Amino acid sequence: MPHVTGLEDTTSHARQVLDADQISRACARMAHEVLEANRGPAGLVLLGIPTRGVPLAERLARAMAEVESTPIPVGALDVTMYRDDLRRHPTRAPGRTEVPVSVDGAVVVLVDDVLFSGRTVRAALDALGDLGRPRAVRLAVLVDRGHRELPVRADHVGKNLPTRSDERVSVRLAEVDGTDEVTITGDGA
Amino acid sequence: MRHLLSAADLDAAEITEILDLGEEMALVQGRPVKKLPALRGRTVVNLFFEDSTRTRSSFELAGKWLSADVINISAKGSSVSKGESLRDTVLTVASMGVDALVIRHMASGAPLQAARWFAELGLGVHVVNAGDGTHEHPTQALLDAFTLRRHFRAQEPRRGDDRDLETFAGRRIAVVGDITHSRVARSNVALLTTLGAQVVLVAPPTLLPAGVDGWPVEVRTDLDAVLGEVDAVMMLRVQRERMSGGYFPTPREYTVGYGLTRARLGLLRPGAAIAHPGPMNRGLEISADAADSAGSLILDQVAAGVAVRMSVLYQLLGGADEGGALR
Repeated sequence: MPHVTGLEDTTSHARQVLDADQISRACARMAHEVLEANRGPAGLVLLGIPTRGVPLAERLARAMAEVESTPIPVGALDVTMYRDDLRRHPTRAPGRTEVPVSVDGAVVVLVDDVLFSGRTVRAALDALGDLGRPRAVRLAVLVDRGHRELPVRADHVGKNLPTRSDERVSVRLAEVDGTDEVTITGDGA
Repeated sequence: MRHLLSAADLDAAEITEILDLGEEMALVQGRPVKKLPALRGRTVVNLFFEDSTRTRSSFELAGKWLSADVINISAKGSSVSKGESLRDTVLTVASMGVDALVIRHMASGAPLQAARWFAELGLGVHVVNAGDGTHEHPTQALLDAFTLRRHFRAQEPRRGDDRDLETFAGRRIAVVGDITHSRVARSNVALLTTLGAQVVLVAPPTLLPAGVDGWPVEVRTDLDAVLGEVDAVMMLRVQRERMSGGYFPTPREYTVGYGLTRARLGLLRPGAAIAHPGPMNRGLEISADAADSAGSLILDQVAAGVAVRMSVLYQLLGGADEGGALR
């Protein structure tokens, strides 16, 4: 998740692009879309990419469980060890991988907060391949900000957000940051 | 710090970081594909001047499961048997462009010496001490702490859920046997004390090292009296290869005084853990009844060895050249 953290200074040039209600509606819509595309909950497994993909996946799973009145398996897929920039930073402490059910033959929906270069998703596909062989893999992101560096696209998007590559998109979620909002920071933003 | 030379170099936060990452690595052990790409393109050399089964093979598995290339060099079958010096051997291997050297040597301080030679020559090779003489065996102490931490947390899930100082506070751990010759004992005293546990050394006076009074431990000679007071008992191997004789009259008398016999099992508290770094002299320092009892963590220790060594190799080699707990 390059250029995405919850720790940046938002007082200068920060513009809110999604508030808590809009995030909530985007999640509800994505939950319905995932179910519709899959023609129901059969075989679905939601895997969030740490840090903020995990609470997002849990929100989607809750929303889907309400619609279908059946629990949707939800977990976390850490991709740290699979990143292509591992050697370019000091040693990173990996996050947790918790996969509640076998991914073999499942329809895995990867969930992340921001889709940017596509490198995190590439790492996630590699990580998933070491866990098993899903029948299909889909991608759901809260924000697609463009500037892809790899041939990756999202199946379900909360908000398409045109940005310049030097701008920063910050997603804050109550479970991690105490508040729900998406802001964009940068000169002239 | 770019090497792992001594357990005494680690503070509590660094130990926790290594053990926590070890838990993540342990999950990989249980997967169908036991492979992470984190150390792809890195080379680890196991340079073993002394015999070893579990340490060498677990470092080898640890490196391979992280996708590093691993080669093993042992004294037998290498130029060491032709009389090559330690300095020439380690510099030869390092000059081939390897990233880490895992060194086991009969001389205390050999890995530290190797690290100094690398520093003098500006070689960026990471050194891991895999046991040096009677000095230290830091990865053994880390895997012992990993195993005990799991054991204590399983007993008291709410206590110190993710804080090791709480998990180990007030715990009493007996280390029994040949303290004088034991690098495992020295590393465990350093590591467990850093984590806040109380270490009780139990040995006949002939197997207590000079200067033990200055260690942060309690020293006892009566094993029977200690067994009912501790949360875990770690039996040390009687290292006959390091003994010139005269430390105890006969093996039989050693067992009577300091072996974890079937009769002594009854003196342990319920739920007390039994650990042994291996290889065991069954019937000497530990009975088959104790080694195979429900409280025995001996095979858990072996499994933990791979996970903890994966964690250590990742901490040393996983990032840009400077990073992590073992930077």
